[in-house]
Order: sequence, then structure tokens, then C-alpha cells
Amino acid sequence: MHNDRIRVDLQLIADMVEPGTRVLDIGCSDGELLGYLTRTKNVDGRGLELSNEGVRNCVAQGLPVMQGDADRDLGDYPDGAFDYAILSQTLQATHRPKEVLSELLRIGNKAIVSFPNFGHWRARFDLMFRGRMPQNPNLPIMWYETPNIHFCTVRDFVAMCDEMGVRIERSMVLNESGSKVSSDGHSRFANFFGNQALFMLSK
Amino acid sequence: MSTTANKDQRALLPGHHMVLGETDKLRLDSGVEFGPFTLAYQTYGELNADKTNAILVCHALTGDQYVADDVHPITGKEGWWCEIVGPGKIIDTNKYFVICSNVIGGCLGSTGPKDTNPETGKPWGLDFPVITIADMVRAQTMLIDALGIDSLFAVIGGSMGGMQVLEWCKSYPERVFAAAPIATSFRHSAQNIAFHEVGRQAVMADPDWCGGNYLLEGKKPARGLAVARMTAHITYLSQPALHRKFGRKLQNRGAITYSFDHDFQVESYLRHQGKSFVDRFDANSYLYITRAMDYFDLSLEYDGRLADAFTGCKTRFCIISFSSDWCFTTAESRLLAHALNAASCNVSCVEIESDKGHDAFLLDEPDFHMVLSGFIEGAAQGRGLN
Repeated sequence: MHNDRIRVDLQLIADMVEPGTRVLDIGCSDGELLGYLTRTKNVDGRGLELSNEGVRNCVAQGLPVMQGDADRDLGDYPDGAFDYAILSQTLQATHRPKEVLSELLRIGNKAIVSFPNFGHWRARFDLMFRGRMPQNPNLPIMWYETPNIHFCTVRDFVAMCDEMGVRIERSMVLNESGSKVSSDGHSRFANFFGNQALFMLSK
Repeated sequence: MSTTANKDQRALLPGHHMVLGETDKLRLDSGVEFGPFTLAYQTYGELNADKTNAILVCHALTGDQYVADDVHPITGKEGWWCEIVGPGKIIDTNKYFVICSNVIGGCLGSTGPKDTNPETGKPWGLDFPVITIADMVRAQTMLIDALGIDSLFAVIGGSMGGMQVLEWCKSYPERVFAAAPIATSFRHSAQNIAFHEVGRQAVMADPDWCGGNYLLEGKKPARGLAVARMTAHITYLSQPALHRKFGRKLQNRGAITYSFDHDFQVESYLRHQGKSFVDRFDANSYLYITRAMDYFDLSLEYDGRLADAFTGCKTRFCIISFSSDWCFTTAESRLLAHALNAASCNVSCVEIESDKGHDAFLLDEPDFHMVLSGFIEGAAQGRGLN
């Protein structure tokens, strides 16, 4: 039924998750990652998803998912309820990214976070030479319609982690198609050439 | 309390009847020790050798045990959840052993206020003890015990049936593998209590109710019960659904009649709903069962901390609500889901877009069916039933 190939960037997240653990996937969309982790890594997985359609699709696959919002609905989960709290490509769409990140690290022993990098050279190019907000396959939506309201660069993100006293366990940057470009998300190189960034964090 | 009269009444109803509480009585929330009593129930499909494939379906206020019969013995229509339960359907009776029992206090074969009180030889009427949702579930556990089933694969129900589902999970979590509370809440809202009170007052205001002794007097509070049903029925629909179905269309006439006849189709429809209801339902049962719903509040014994009701509960939950249901709103379902999250339970919570109101759970709603089916499939895998 499943050929168990998932989107490249999701695969990189899945590779960070130890088998048999408890996972909360926030913004789990149609359950691609959650389903994969459940099937192949025997995790006890839960999902939180904003869109009704996404929730329906997940539950129809037998995945335990509820409708909810990263900004509003994390407060109910008990401390340390999960080994991993995953927030994939969603942080930039939250109203209070910093609070969301600290909630992730309250609920999960580790947080896995991925986001589009606004420091990528093409974004810089768009702003500097075209004088326009960046638009590319990872950020396809015009500024007036995008749900992404809190963009940051990799270095911005690292600075926030430092300020919060959050430990960066692993970091990497990915290219447009989600393949790994660098295993060091801290570097200037990463911030310039990474299309997306992926971090594993702990307190 | 199985008097000859009660037996004769029951003999007319197809299906199983089990006498329970003969030695160990049913301890009601009110403190009354009640028994023996009868539960009327239907089963569909076969119990497997391991006894792991049993699904208990809990019926709503005016439902009954005939969940998936082709022909209901009284209405002549098909069972109330034939959309969902049957061979090859979402609750597949080729695969699962489905049990549905008429609640205690009901009027389709289970002991209720229209039965004879063995102490007086007269119908119970208002001497019947007040029943709660927990009492209904306690009675069901006695039936499940008698059927030799330790743990149910799933307990599923809508509206009041959903309340029973939640009560099962709170009181007997180790006996429920998966639970689907649908279009329901962990407590009855003030608005719902208010509508129930209107219904009860309509019954009691009917002179033929005779203070609850209408059976002795050879009467039937048909008009009061019909009004109760008409009011309740409105709450089960939604404004858009009513408008779509009836609008301001007139009933078999070209113009309004300047009278209080049923000029509008919606009036005619409600009158029909009321009239057909009294043929199949006992007025005192309606009082008792609505009361049971009013008293339901799972958080009460935990000082309002609902999460504490589910501490350590391993059951998988799938909470389903409907966007236009104004009896049991999605907001209430979300409160329940949040509490279950706080108790680290395995919970899905889905709102189905529908304009059909509370009754949507009984109707052809493809998204609802897709979700319920996926949940049951996933749970069956978890239970090793596939």
C-alpha cells in the first residue's frame, strides 16, 4: 500500500527520530511524516493540524490527529509528554514563534524544527536587485497571501536559540529539493546556500 | 420483576432479552439497589474465539437496540444506523460482533417506567428510580459480563450514546480498546437542559399524563409528548437544513388559509414527527432518559478537572463533531479533546463540515464515514484484528 518513500526533507527529520519513541507532529498536514514514523519506526505518534481537511485525511488513515493550532493548543499537553515535538515548515507561520519553540521544548524532550531560510542568496538577490519580496519554489505565495508571517534567517534562528538558552543538538541546511547541503547550520555558508534549515534542539 | 404482563409485552418484540441483577443488584447513582431487571438487546455478526472483536453501539435518547435491523418491529423502517452498521459497512458485521442494548429506563424491552413494579403490581410510573448515564453503562457492563466478554474492541455512539461511550472510558477504561464519542459532550449544556425541560413540561402539562399514571388510567399523553418531540426535533436540525428542506413552502395549498391549520410544510413535518414518535415511545421513559442526560457531567466528581477522569486511560479516542450541530458543538468536543491530551491519551478530534445539524451523525455524510472508517481500521490493526 505504501512504498514508504517520503519527501526528502521529511526523510531527514524521520532519520533524527529514534524508533519506539513518542512523537508529536505539529502541523502534520496530511500525515506523510507521522504515517511514515508510525509504520517504519514504531513510534507512538500524535498529530496536530490546523486544516480540517488535513485532520480528516490523517484520521481516515488511522493516525491520531486533532484539529489545532501551534499558537493556541500546545498548552494542554503535559510537560515531557513526548520524546520529540516536531514542527516542520510551520514556525514561520506562527504568531509567536519564540513561545511556540519554548512550548515544544516543554512538551518534548527534544524539538525538531524546520523552516525556510530567508538568508538564502536568492532571497537576498530578490531583495537587493529586484527590490521584491522573495518568491521561489519554497516560498511560492505572494506577500499579501502568504501564511508565513515571521520569516527569519538561519542566523536569526541561532541567535534566538542562544538567547533562550536552547541547546542546538544538530543542525543542517537543505537545498530547494530538500537534500542536505551542509551538516552545519551555524555557518555563514549555510545561511547563504541553505534553502531550508533543520534543527534538533533540547533544553 | 419479570411479571407475566412484562413478559407478554416483550414477547412481541424480536431480539434477545436478558434478566440481570437477580443476585447482585444494580447499584444506581441515586443509591437504590435495583433488580432484577431486563435488558433487551440485538447482536449482529459473530463473536470470535478470542472474544476480541465485540463492538458495543450505544443508542441516543430516542434510539433503541434495533441499530441495523432491516425492518424495525414498530416503525417498519430500517434500523437507525443502517448507514454505518451492517455486512461490509463501516462497522462491518462480517468482521465484528456488534451489540446494542436498549438503555435501562427505556421502553423497547428493557426495564423502564412502563413496566410493572413487582411490589405494587402496577406500572412503575414515577416510582421508577431516577436513572443516570452511569447507571445505563453499569447495566450494560452486566450484560457484557453475561455475554462473557472482558474487553470490548470498541464502544461507539452519538449524542446520548456518546455520553455512554465517555462513561465507559472513564469508569472501565481497561475494558475499552477504542472509543468513538460522536456529536456529544462530557456534560449536558444549560441550553440542552433547558430544551429538555420544555419537553418534560409539555408532557406533564398534558392532562392525559395523569401525574405519570396514564397507563393505570388507560390514557396516553400523546399531545404533550408530541410537542416535546417537535421542540427537540428542531434542535437536532439547523437553520440552513430546515430552510433548504422547507423554506416557506406551503403544505398542499396555493395560499395561506388565515387559520391555525398547518399551512407551512415545516409545520406539517413537525406534526408528523410528533405524531409518529408517540406511537413508538413512552412518555415517562422520555422524562427519565432526558433527565439522565441532564445529570451527565463527567468532570463533576473531579472538581471540574475533566482530564483527571481519564488519567492512565489507554483507550484510543476519536471524537467527531459536526459544524452545524448547535446541541453538541465542536467547541465542547475540543474541550474534551484538550482534557484527553492533558491526560496523555491517544486522541483524534475531527469536525465534519455539514449543515445538517446534530442529526448529521445519523445521515449520509461521506466525510464522517471516511473518518470513522479510518479510525476503526487503524484500531483494528492495533488490536491485531486485520
